[in-house]
Amino acid sequence: MAKTNKKDIWKLVSITIIVIYALFLLYPLFQLLKQSVVVDGQFSLKHFVAFFSKKYYLDTIVNSFEVSISATIITLIIGVPLAYFYQMYEIKGKTILQILIILCSMSAPFIGAYSWILLLGRNGIITAGIKNLTGIQLPSIYGFKGILLVLSLQLFPLVFLYVCGALKNIDNSLLEASENMGCSGVKRFFKVIIPLCMPTILAATLLVFMRAFADFGTPLLIGEGYRTFPVVIYDSYFGEVGTDHGFGAAISVIAILVTAVIFFIQRYVNSKFQFTMNALHPIERKQMHGWKNVLIHIFCWGVVLVAFAPQIYVIYTSFQNTSGKIFVDGYSFNSYLQAFDRMGSAIQNTFLIGGAALILVIVLAILISYLVVRRNNFMNRIIDTLSMVPYIVPGSVVGIALVLAFNKRPLVLTGTAIIMIIALVIRRIPYTIRSSVAILQQIPMSIEEAAISLGSTKMEAFFKITVPMMSNGILSGAILSWITIITELSTAIILYNLKTMTLTLAIYINVSRGSYGIAAALATILTVTTIISLLAFMKISKTKEITF
Amino acid sequence: MSVNIKIRDAVKKYGNNTIISDLSLDIKEGEFFTLLGPSGCGKTTLLRMIAGFNSIEGGDFFFNEKRINDMDPAKRNIGMVFQNYAIFPNMTVEKNVAFGLKNRKLPEAEIKEKTDKFLKLMQIDEYRDRMPDRLSGGQQQRVALARALAITPDVLLMDEPLSNLDAKLRVEMRTVIKNIQHNVGITTVYVTHDQEEAMAVSDRIAVMNHGDIQQIGTPKDLYQRPANLFVANFIGRTNIINCKLRDHDGVAEVVLSDGSSFTVDSVKKEEIKDQDVIASIRPEEFVVEEASVDGIKAIIDDCVFLGLNTHYFVHLRTGEELVIIQESKIDSVIPSGTEVSLRVKSEKINLFSSDGERSLIMGVKNDLDVYKKD
Repeated sequence: MAKTNKKDIWKLVSITIIVIYALFLLYPLFQLLKQSVVVDGQFSLKHFVAFFSKKYYLDTIVNSFEVSISATIITLIIGVPLAYFYQMYEIKGKTILQILIILCSMSAPFIGAYSWILLLGRNGIITAGIKNLTGIQLPSIYGFKGILLVLSLQLFPLVFLYVCGALKNIDNSLLEASENMGCSGVKRFFKVIIPLCMPTILAATLLVFMRAFADFGTPLLIGEGYRTFPVVIYDSYFGEVGTDHGFGAAISVIAILVTAVIFFIQRYVNSKFQFTMNALHPIERKQMHGWKNVLIHIFCWGVVLVAFAPQIYVIYTSFQNTSGKIFVDGYSFNSYLQAFDRMGSAIQNTFLIGGAALILVIVLAILISYLVVRRNNFMNRIIDTLSMVPYIVPGSVVGIALVLAFNKRPLVLTGTAIIMIIALVIRRIPYTIRSSVAILQQIPMSIEEAAISLGSTKMEAFFKITVPMMSNGILSGAILSWITIITELSTAIILYNLKTMTLTLAIYINVSRGSYGIAAALATILTVTTIISLLAFMKISKTKEITF
Repeated sequence: MSVNIKIRDAVKKYGNNTIISDLSLDIKEGEFFTLLGPSGCGKTTLLRMIAGFNSIEGGDFFFNEKRINDMDPAKRNIGMVFQNYAIFPNMTVEKNVAFGLKNRKLPEAEIKEKTDKFLKLMQIDEYRDRMPDRLSGGQQQRVALARALAITPDVLLMDEPLSNLDAKLRVEMRTVIKNIQHNVGITTVYVTHDQEEAMAVSDRIAVMNHGDIQQIGTPKDLYQRPANLFVANFIGRTNIINCKLRDHDGVAEVVLSDGSSFTVDSVKKEEIKDQDVIASIRPEEFVVEEASVDGIKAIIDDCVFLGLNTHYFVHLRTGEELVIIQESKIDSVIPSGTEVSLRVKSEKINLFSSDGERSLIMGVKNDLDVYKKD
């Protein structure tokens, strides 16, 4: 009797989760699809025809692909060798290096765009400096080049973190075996290490591509005439002239289709690289000597410092005096005072909304991973599939779909903090679920069975034995979730209002208004929050390494 | 093709921690040589120094006349079998075996021919297109061996290759390894902590403890005439008994704590004098007789019938506990509590100095002695 009750609880959990997905993911997407094909109560493909018949719109797709593919390639070229050097060789200050690499990825992309404009833009200090010194006019940073620069420096840390994780799974004896058979150095990197990391590299490739493809803060700020797909979506809803919701919905649907195709291509390619690995003896870092050591240090620190430079410059400008839109001589905390004065609630919101979203993400991810791994039935396979859907829905499309679904009765949520939390949970949860599933799969069922044989119920066994065993993995996933949540822009910008504005939004708004001092102060607060979060995580988990 | 390995005064340090100090060793061409010792004795460290994966802090390593200390591991022409096999999980069996050959840029036909040869030799031909995760432990072991041998190395190094297999497969695979080594005739250095495995496969064994070699010899030498107490204890099973040696008119007499005694003819002449000694008497070196016969009196505590042999656990009147192994007899086992008389096959037993460092018996062969510096 008691046993059937327990079973029913998990069944109840399954049903609840399906209902949640149906309500907050499927229903909004359905609304989006409906709006894209229904014109004046009639079925019509007019919006799609309009999109594909204008070169202007088609070009944005081409631009998006161009910039996303280029950015993905560059992040791989930077990120994979960086991870390789980091895991294989002793690098001075490697803990700081790693924190800096993570920080590079943790600011919202547009902050990178904004600070590169400050450095290399028309009136940027480097541009001006070089012109004054040498008379040479640096090439323009605006457009394709600028977007590429910002996205590459922003996204290479993801490749780095993923590949570091994969390298940790390679057993040292594999490297020794290949060396033994005459394959070492560069040859070994390409013939052994890259193939062994291939599944991870593909996963990182997908992630980077999706992020680059969906990002719209960067092209908006630095793209100028170079328009990408997400910008068009945003403009069709919130543009200053001629918003057309039906047309926006149609473009959103096209965006989902494009990312879905990319997603399935990646899965297909990935299926060609299926094998299992576990490291009894992880790779030990070696001390390199001579010029190779110097080159490795120059490469690692060089990349990281270039990528981190914009944030340092933003922090510097936050202490500068401002006059209107212009930075003037002298230093003070004026920008901070103004920031707290006008945007104080944004800081509070960041913690409340972000914290609530984080807790929901963790709880849901634990439950879903348990259902998927340990209770494989039809209903839970549906949940598994549903949990992947947000992978392929760009952030701004999530926002638009939520607005369409919940701006009318019976359930009006627009303008509330709840809709912000829902959006953040939807955006982040697939990643947390994937990592929780991976962790859970590594914990043998026999441990839970041992607990059950010693008299605990299945529920108790899961929460008292398995969850604590998962906790370190969950924690490392949670810290990344937290940081991505507090720096989220593309969904939040569609859903926010004054009451629910977060730090990232406040920065964006101040940048677009030209209140650069306040923006810099807020960005500094965000960076400091991120650093504190990371350090706290490292303290709590007693680890010096952060992985996905 | 095969080489001899010469190691002189090898030193290995991790920081200030010296793992191996001043170790010398010669491994003959074509020999199956085993480094045997408890975990942490430095045997794997020494193997990895030969392979080139551990740095060498002092001494010289030679393959034939070639000094290899600073040679890149990739250039040493070594085949290595790892404890966890280190099979590339992303390559099929065939690609794993061909990997080393491809790195040598051999012609395609030759790669194919050699790969086929070793797949067949190791009887894994039928699994050539399988991925490693679909192989059993024994099959993975065969792949690892085929891959190591395919490059026709000068030396084959094996680091506890059987420790991940179950007991039955371990016995099967050690025969496979021994036969293959014999067929190929390659100089082989094998590391294990399992003395039975070492005896089964090796031409010669070096017993190591705390980074030092204790004795080098054939399995027979090590078992029957161990050079010191550690070797006697580590190779096979033995009873360690503190006793006294008496010079009985030029004949060595061993006196036990209960006063009983027996003569030993094999004691070195110069050691026949009154002194405390340690006797190592293996369980099968006792003969159990009825209590009425003259001998060492003992009481049976327990017995275990194992088919071929019966193990008796006994204690002497003075309290020392011993293990005795007798060939099982058809009539019956001796019940617990029975008093018996023990006779010792004195030509087989070993005696050591009271610190356990020296054997007092003639006929100890220890190839380590040639490196002793005075």
